Amino acid sequence: MRDAWERVQLASARVPFRIKTGAVWLLLFGVLAFLGNAAGFDVQWIRDNFRYILGGLRYTMVIAVAGIVLAIVMALLGALARISRNPVAYGVAGFYVSFFRGTPLIVQMFLLYLALPPVGRNLAAEYTWLPEGFDQALVLDAATAGIIALGLNYGAYMTEIFRAGIQSVAGGQGEAADALGMTYGQKMRKVVLPQAFRVIIPPTGNEFIAMMKDTALVSFLGVTAASAEVFRRSQLVGKADFKNLEAYVAAALVYWGLTVLFTFFQARLERRIGRGYDRAHVARAMQAQEPH
Amino acid sequence: MTATHESDDVVVRIDGLHKSFGHLEVVRGVDLEVHRGEVVVIFGRSGSGKSTVLRCVNFIEDPTQGSIEVSGIRLEGGHRTRRKRDQVRQLRLHVGMVFQQFNLFPNMTVLDNVTCAARCAKRGTDAEITQRAKDLLERVGLADKSGEHPLRLSGGQQQRVAIARALCMEPDVMLFDEPTSALDPELTGEVLSVMKTLSTELHMTMLVVTHEMGFAREVADRMAFFHEGRILEQGPPAQLIGSPEHPETRAFLDAVL
Repeated sequence: MRDAWERVQLASARVPFRIKTGAVWLLLFGVLAFLGNAAGFDVQWIRDNFRYILGGLRYTMVIAVAGIVLAIVMALLGALARISRNPVAYGVAGFYVSFFRGTPLIVQMFLLYLALPPVGRNLAAEYTWLPEGFDQALVLDAATAGIIALGLNYGAYMTEIFRAGIQSVAGGQGEAADALGMTYGQKMRKVVLPQAFRVIIPPTGNEFIAMMKDTALVSFLGVTAASAEVFRRSQLVGKADFKNLEAYVAAALVYWGLTVLFTFFQARLERRIGRGYDRAHVARAMQAQEPH
Repeated sequence: MTATHESDDVVVRIDGLHKSFGHLEVVRGVDLEVHRGEVVVIFGRSGSGKSTVLRCVNFIEDPTQGSIEVSGIRLEGGHRTRRKRDQVRQLRLHVGMVFQQFNLFPNMTVLDNVTCAARCAKRGTDAEITQRAKDLLERVGLADKSGEHPLRLSGGQQQRVAIARALCMEPDVMLFDEPTSALDPELTGEVLSVMKTLSTELHMTMLVVTHEMGFAREVADRMAFFHEGRILEQGPPAQLIGSPEHPETRAFLDAVL
C-alpha cells in the first residue's frame, strides 16, 4: 500500500506544476458547470443576450478610460502639491485626498449626480449676477457624474502612488538638474517624471483594472437601456426575463475576461519599461555585443 | 598668490559664509576668492564643511548667512524669494558642478545627458550644442559612447560624461565635489587626468574638494585646509603640503599621505 502511494507521488513529481494547476482550474470549472446545470442554468438565454450585454463594454471602457485619465491628471497635480513647500497647494491637496479617501465612492457619485444640481439652482436664485443658465450648470448626466467621481476618487488614492514614485527618484538627480540651471518645469519634465513613471506605471495599471470593475457602480445612477454599461445591461435584461443567475454570471464573465486581458498587457508593459535599468538585461545586452 | 591678479579677475567670491542644518552649524564664516583660471583645492576631514561650502556656491544649499558672487552676480544667503529663485538660476548657468555620485540621467543617452541642459537654457542652436557635446565627449575620450545609456558605463566613464555635461553649459567655473571618491582606485586616474587637461588646456577655473593629494600638488594653484567649518590655512601646495603651519593640517596630511 505504501509502495503504491509512493509510486503515485513519484509519477506526480514528473508532471509539471503548471499542468497540475491547470487541472485544478478545469476541475473547479467542471464543478461550477455541474452545479449550474443542476440549478437550471439557461445557457441558451446567455447565448441570446450576451451580445447585448457585451455591447455595454464600449460604455464601460469609455467611462474607465476617461476616469483613469482624469485620475492621472489629479494624481500628478496632487503629488506635485504634496511635495511642494507651498502651503496653499499642500493644504488643498491634503484636503482633496482626505475627503475622497474618507468617503465611499458611491456617496461621491450621488453627491455629484443628485446633490449638486440643487446647489446650482439655489445659487442661481440667490446670486442674480451669476451668468445665464448657471442653474443648469451643475446638472450632470449619469456617465459624466460617474467619470468625474471615479477620476476624483482614484486620483486621490493615486496621489500617494505618484508622490512615492517622484520621491523614489534619487535626490542627486534633482540636484544635478538644479546645478545645470534647469527650471523646475524642465527638471520635472525631462529628468524626474520620466524616471518616476517607471515606478508609477505598474500600480497605475492596477488602479485602471480596479476602476474597470468599479464602473459598474455607475449603474446605480440609472442609465437608459440603449447607452448602458455592462452591469446595467445585465441588470435590465436579467430582471425582465427573471434570469438573474444567468445575467449576473454573464456580467461577471465579461469583467473577469477584461481583467485577465489587461493584466496580461500590464505584465508585458512592466517588462518593457524595466529595460535599460535592469542590470541583468544590461549584462545580456553586453554579452550579445561581444562576439567579434 | 592673489596679489598678481586684478580684482575684476575674481570669478567666485565667498563672503562671510555660514551654513546651519537645524542647530548644527557646519560652516562658520568662510571667505574665499577664486580667480580666473585658478585651481583651488579644498581639503579636510569629513564633516569639516568643505562639501557644504561647495554646494552653497551654486545654491544647492541655501547659505544661512553671507554672500556668494559668481561672474558678477552677487546673492545674499537667507530665505529664497521668488525673485531670488530666478537670480539663483542665472548664477547657476555660470557654474558647472560634478558630483561624487556622478548623477547622470539614466533615462537619456550619453549625448542627451550632455546636451539636455544646454538645450533647455538655449545655449546656441541645436546643431551647435550637438557639435559642442560631441567635441566634449571626444575630449573626455568617450566619443564612441554617445548613443550608450549611462548605466552601461563604468564609474570612471560616467564621471567623464558628467564632466562633459557640465562643460557643455560653457561655465565660468567648475565645482568638483569629491569626484573620485566613489570610484574604484584603478578608475580615479582617468578622471583626474581629464580634470588636469581642463586646467592646462582650457585654463578652466576650478574649485575642487578632494583627498587626492597627488592631484592637488600637481594641478592646484592654491590649497585651503578646512577645519570645523573654517579655513584654517591656505597657500600654494608646496607650502601647505611641505610645511603646514597648524598641527591639525599636519595631522590630517600625515593621515592621508
